[in-house]
Amino acid sequence: MDFSVILSDALRSGIGPIAAVYALAAMGLNLHFGYTGLLNFGQVGFMLVGGYGLAITVSTYDGPMWLGVLAGVACAIVLALLLGLPTLRLRADYLAITTIAAGETLRLFYRSSWAEPVTGGVFGLQRFAKDFYDLSPIERGTYGVWLVRFSSRDLWVMIVGWSLVVVAAVLLALLIHSPWGRVIRSVREDEVAARSLGKNVYAYKMQSLVLGGVIGAVAGMLQAIQVQSVNPDNFDPGVTFFLYTLLVLGGAGRILGPVVGSILFWFVLSFLDSALRQAIDAEYISPDLISTSEVGAVRFALVGVALILLVAFRPQGILGSRKEMLLSDR
Amino acid sequence: MRPQRKFVLALALVLVSVPALSARAQGEAVPRGPTFGARALQALIDGIQFGVIIAITSVGLSLIFGTIHLINFAHGEFVTIGATFAFYLNAAAAGPGWHLIPAAVAAVAFGALLGGAVERGLWRPLRARGTGLINMFIVTIGLSLLLRHLVLVLYGTRPASFAQYDIQSTIGLGPASITPRDLTVTLLAVLVLLGIAMLLQKTRIGTAVRAVSANRDLAEATGIDVQRVVLFVWMLGGGLAALGGVFFGLVEIVTWDMGFKLLLLMFAGVILGGLGSAYGAMAGSLVIGVVAQMSTLWFPVDLQYAWALLVLIVVLLVRPQGILGQAERVG
Repeated sequence: MDFSVILSDALRSGIGPIAAVYALAAMGLNLHFGYTGLLNFGQVGFMLVGGYGLAITVSTYDGPMWLGVLAGVACAIVLALLLGLPTLRLRADYLAITTIAAGETLRLFYRSSWAEPVTGGVFGLQRFAKDFYDLSPIERGTYGVWLVRFSSRDLWVMIVGWSLVVVAAVLLALLIHSPWGRVIRSVREDEVAARSLGKNVYAYKMQSLVLGGVIGAVAGMLQAIQVQSVNPDNFDPGVTFFLYTLLVLGGAGRILGPVVGSILFWFVLSFLDSALRQAIDAEYISPDLISTSEVGAVRFALVGVALILLVAFRPQGILGSRKEMLLSDR
Repeated sequence: MRPQRKFVLALALVLVSVPALSARAQGEAVPRGPTFGARALQALIDGIQFGVIIAITSVGLSLIFGTIHLINFAHGEFVTIGATFAFYLNAAAAGPGWHLIPAAVAAVAFGALLGGAVERGLWRPLRARGTGLINMFIVTIGLSLLLRHLVLVLYGTRPASFAQYDIQSTIGLGPASITPRDLTVTLLAVLVLLGIAMLLQKTRIGTAVRAVSANRDLAEATGIDVQRVVLFVWMLGGGLAALGGVFFGLVEIVTWDMGFKLLLLMFAGVILGGLGSAYGAMAGSLVIGVVAQMSTLWFPVDLQYAWALLVLIVVLLVRPQGILGQAERVG
């Protein structure tokens, strides 16, 4: 087993573009779940409309990239309004079921043969990221220190991605510590109390849903650009479950929770992945037990175990405070 | 509130009617075999068959919600595990190669044991620790991920069918037709649903289940052993989910993610009928099954689940407590 390869894989993944994408999407989710107490299980739906908004505008209709970004954001706002109108007045578990159903419905519509002329159906869309990479000031080649090297394209996505994370973090920190943020948190703690103080709880929840959804949509665009294609099957509900795991890991209801969670999550996940593959190749683990093609599934199963253990034993994650995360029956 | 609802309903209508028109435009060019009436009857029969299978799986989901107010996200995995366990006993190369009927019985027993095991090993300790419902809900998602991918490792990605009753010739029912296998499955499923209704209405434990659903504290005060009732509900739910999995695997195909695909339809059925009501879950699932199959008359087949999920969203708009649920303020 070559530990430098394992470490290199894990480090690259921990600070890589995908970690930035997940950190950003989880920041939106953090606003929903961590600060407002909304159980949004359809965050991947926001990522989907964001990514597709960009891809469809550029690839199908030959529009400019800025218009695609606007289209993605607009789609996310519309989706948040559509989701929020029926469900935000209902109990939290209804919102959870509806959002996951909406995310899955969107995926089914986008991949259907009926939508294929616009969305590319099961094949998805490609060739829409050129404008983004043309903006890159970085010369071609690979860059890095020690074991960690990235291609110039990945580096450009990383710079933009982590910058967006920083911008979102500053923005959210300012918002959360404003009067608006205090109302949002009071909605999480005690909705009735907030309502009896004359706050329009419904409107605040809706604003939170829209804002978090837009952040999710931006993350979706970034992901689409990074893999240079959109495919409906990249947006399955599993993505939302990953987001919840890393959010709980980092600490929900903390500005830096999703960032720490995402870096650690992808570091550990790639570490396990790489180590398992190497152990199987070196026959420390019998290929009859787990074959290399099953490593992906084992990885998911371990995420499940991690989620169970985290929520059961340390619901506040690394950064959170236990008092805030004792969500009871709401 | 009202204008908002109208707005969303109008939007939903537009969403539904636009593809309908475009589908009609496409449909004219396609040569049609049977008449529309015959196809509608066929879709209705398929829909009822699909609906009763969803109903079997979703009754447990609804009862679990009724008794401990937990939405069990891992319920779909119970379905998959039932089907794959029966497949292992029945048709897998490494398995003992039993006939499907004893294999199905064993799968139901295994599902019930699994349901009981997660209640005793996971939920009861978590409740004792005072874990909140939202947290437990997230735990069910973790459990779902874990079980689903364990099945993926053990079973693999390849879809498969059971060894018996695979290919059959159909029997005619007027303009429509059904295979003896599908007819048997449908009738068996209806019998099982009637059996559950009898169980809930006539037996002591069934009465206890209804009592705990209606008012847990009052039931406990009357001397009902709530823990035992909850354990019973989990075992019943696990066993029924496994049975539904075998049925679904029989009429469709066994895959590692079949339960997860069914899960959202189960949710739709349960919410449509009213969360926590067993009869509501049955009625709601039947509607969902029929909607999913009837939608293929007008829309592409790959969207049939999407329509069922849209029904869920529309129901939440107009009648959030569901068909048989009691109107209460839920937010």
